Amino acid sequence: MTTLAEPDLGNGRNKPIFNNTTGFSTLITVTVLLLAWLAGFASRLFAVIRFESIIHEFDPWFNYRSTAYMVQHGFYNFLNWFDERAWYPLGRIVGGTVYPGLMITSGSIHWLLHALNIPIHIRDICVFLAPVFSGLTAISTYLLTAELWSRGAGLFAACFIAIVPGYSSRSVAGSYDNEGIAIFALQLTYFLWLRSLKTGSVFWSICTAISYFYMVSAWGGYVFIINLIPLHVFALLIMGRFSQRLFVSYSVFYIVGLLLSMQIPFVGFQPIRTSEHMAASGVFALLMAVGALQYLHSLNPKGQWKKLLIVGGLMAAGLVFLMVVFLTYIGVIAPWSGRFYSLWDTAYAKIHIPIIASVSEHQPTTWSSFFFDLHVLVCTFPVGLWYCVKNINDERVFVTLYALSAVYFAGVMVRLMLTLTPVVCVLSGIAFSILLDLLLRDDDLPTAPVEPNDKNLYDKAGKVKKRAPEPTSQADFGLGMNVRSGALIAFMILLMLFSVHCTWATSNAYSSPSIVLASYGNDGSRKILDDFREAYGWLSQNTAEDARIMSWWDYGYQIAGMGNRTTLVDNNTWNNSHIALVGKAMASNETAAYDIMTMLDVDYVLVIFGGAIGYSGDDINKFIWMVRIAEGEHPKDIHEADYFTEKGEYRVDSEASKTMLNCLMYKLSYYRYDSGGSPPGYDRTRGALPGNRGFKLTYLEEAYTTEHWLVRIYRLFEMFITSVPTDSVVYDFLTVLAKRIENFMMIAAGCGSRLS
Amino acid sequence: MTSIASVIPKLYQEYTTKTAKKLKIIDAYLLYVFLTAVIQFVYCCLVGTFPFNSFLSGFISTVSCFVLGVCLRLQVNPENKSEFLGLSAERGFADFIFAHLVLHIVVINFIG
Repeated sequence: MTTLAEPDLGNGRNKPIFNNTTGFSTLITVTVLLLAWLAGFASRLFAVIRFESIIHEFDPWFNYRSTAYMVQHGFYNFLNWFDERAWYPLGRIVGGTVYPGLMITSGSIHWLLHALNIPIHIRDICVFLAPVFSGLTAISTYLLTAELWSRGAGLFAACFIAIVPGYSSRSVAGSYDNEGIAIFALQLTYFLWLRSLKTGSVFWSICTAISYFYMVSAWGGYVFIINLIPLHVFALLIMGRFSQRLFVSYSVFYIVGLLLSMQIPFVGFQPIRTSEHMAASGVFALLMAVGALQYLHSLNPKGQWKKLLIVGGLMAAGLVFLMVVFLTYIGVIAPWSGRFYSLWDTAYAKIHIPIIASVSEHQPTTWSSFFFDLHVLVCTFPVGLWYCVKNINDERVFVTLYALSAVYFAGVMVRLMLTLTPVVCVLSGIAFSILLDLLLRDDDLPTAPVEPNDKNLYDKAGKVKKRAPEPTSQADFGLGMNVRSGALIAFMILLMLFSVHCTWATSNAYSSPSIVLASYGNDGSRKILDDFREAYGWLSQNTAEDARIMSWWDYGYQIAGMGNRTTLVDNNTWNNSHIALVGKAMASNETAAYDIMTMLDVDYVLVIFGGAIGYSGDDINKFIWMVRIAEGEHPKDIHEADYFTEKGEYRVDSEASKTMLNCLMYKLSYYRYDSGGSPPGYDRTRGALPGNRGFKLTYLEEAYTTEHWLVRIYRLFEMFITSVPTDSVVYDFLTVLAKRIENFMMIAAGCGSRLS
Repeated sequence: MTSIASVIPKLYQEYTTKTAKKLKIIDAYLLYVFLTAVIQFVYCCLVGTFPFNSFLSGFISTVSCFVLGVCLRLQVNPENKSEFLGLSAERGFADFIFAHLVLHIVVINFIG
């Protein structure tokens, strides 16, 4: 990481030396960006070096599976793909329910490399896609910051974003998810938007729209763009900064972007039908009205046009607003979706949509995670923001709004830390660039005339100059040589600490594939726990091709991706009632669960149990969410309070409630469990001895348990399986038996009634 | 109300005398595009929006043509030279054509 800290500092320090050659400045820019790319790429490889080139976690498995499908069957078959292995018995139309940008990106890279006769497996492309794109993100961040402030600040920002943990958390090698490419598209769209706003050129507007299209195809977070840019336009209108450039850039971007975004099947007609997108349309109409009034005003500058402009603008805004409200009321426009609504009312999800609240990355952000993800940048970015507000212009209004909204959203959800990170890098880059400017400039004032030469160096030297002299003129005379070098050294140390922290955080917190676990012994030796793949491998080898596996939705994508078996629910979570049914089965006692499972045609049940090795992300710890989700759909059968002790504690030992001790999830987790510590059967995750032990299962039998008890698979007892092939002897025997029993019961009942 | 009524003929007069011929041609094109949009809208109100993507692509393409026409008009207008620094009328026209190229590829894809 030292390679990274040096070039940008070097750039700051060497500025005066290379004053009169633009060639050098370009060379430095290119070198720093390349080094940032390299450093960003290298720091994301910890997972590959420690484990192997493997797809991580949950959602990436689905992305990988569909990418592999697309590469194998072609693009059109992918778009029409009906996946009958997911959401049994419903199935899933994959082509219409997925953002295809990620798959298309890696698919086209695969195609290109194969066209060049480089035979690389699609899995390796998927694994390394996010690290490669982090370099592109660094470049687009550089462009964005250069557009906002100066090229020096841009280099700082590029170096920051290349390694900052807030971004590398979602883009380490193997984390093959939409965010990996979406942040690049986000930054590029913002850069192109500012460029088009600045020049007023239709060409740049179209480029913005195309980049926006890429973003729409890649990530649902495109809604952030389509609300932020209109907000920017609206703010400019209110501030009286309307210009024809604004009119050109926004109207072209909006209308072409609207049309382009509707080309993605998953988005469909949403851009004209849902409230999330209405702000953009409203601002477009408003801008049209203001533009028309402005034109009339320019025809005849005299008279009461000025007043008409303001009154007309306000009336147009009010009319547009009322129109949207009316259309929402009569149902033409769908109101805000629950996910969107939960951004404004943080308690909303907890009450109405437990499935959203149950996801760990949808929890509110803690203060410490701000520091953990951004380190020193979280302290310096307000400085950059302050400078931007102080020297406001059209573009800086944008970055101000971006920063404010992103800070808010990052506070609501841990996951949205990702949208905050780029803007924090941009503003910190600006802050550091100003500070270094301040600390280094005075040294060369007596020797070199900076002002005229700087104009060659910087795009907007005029703008930089305007603000630089005023602080320097006041502060410089007070700053002695010692103070200045002291401050410089302090900042170098800060930057060094930052890169050390980034590397450490990426390596320790974000580079775990979570498919393969590692545990460390007392002597520092490392032990790999490969239970997940062991279990999924067992599934794919030992079960029928069409076997249906019931598990909690977290593991759906992995079972489909690695085990290649049918699942009932998966991480797509589009059907709450189906998930609630699975939750209900897990939360019921064995008999009731059996009824549900036969109704759902389940063959195997898979649970994750971490008690033996102390793995805290297992199903018992997630269980309370299953109960909540099940209660939401089946309030008569499931009551959350039944699963707590009388004191309201959630425990598994002998003091746990009876319902808890007899529910299916509990039994499947602790069945035959005799490992895990000094009293055999001790649960290391919860630090308790299970309260219900030595029980027998009536309707299920243990099919497989992995080496460390992490994954346990149960088979529904053969005798009770309803989906036995109809021609088998067992089936015939069973039907005959059942009829006999039925007859006998009827006779017995007849006898009983006669007797009474 | 009377003041606005009296102002309209004055505006018309201003327009006919002050506007360059090149801009008037663009204005005629804009009027034509606007009328096309109106016809499509009326048709959709009367008959219905059944192939919704076709209606949308038709309607949005007219709106886009209108917007692009307005942009072209703003950029070639010599009065706005200070606003669009570094953008010549030729550059504006090239951008206009580029935008139409992108737009109509998408429209053809969407119209079904």
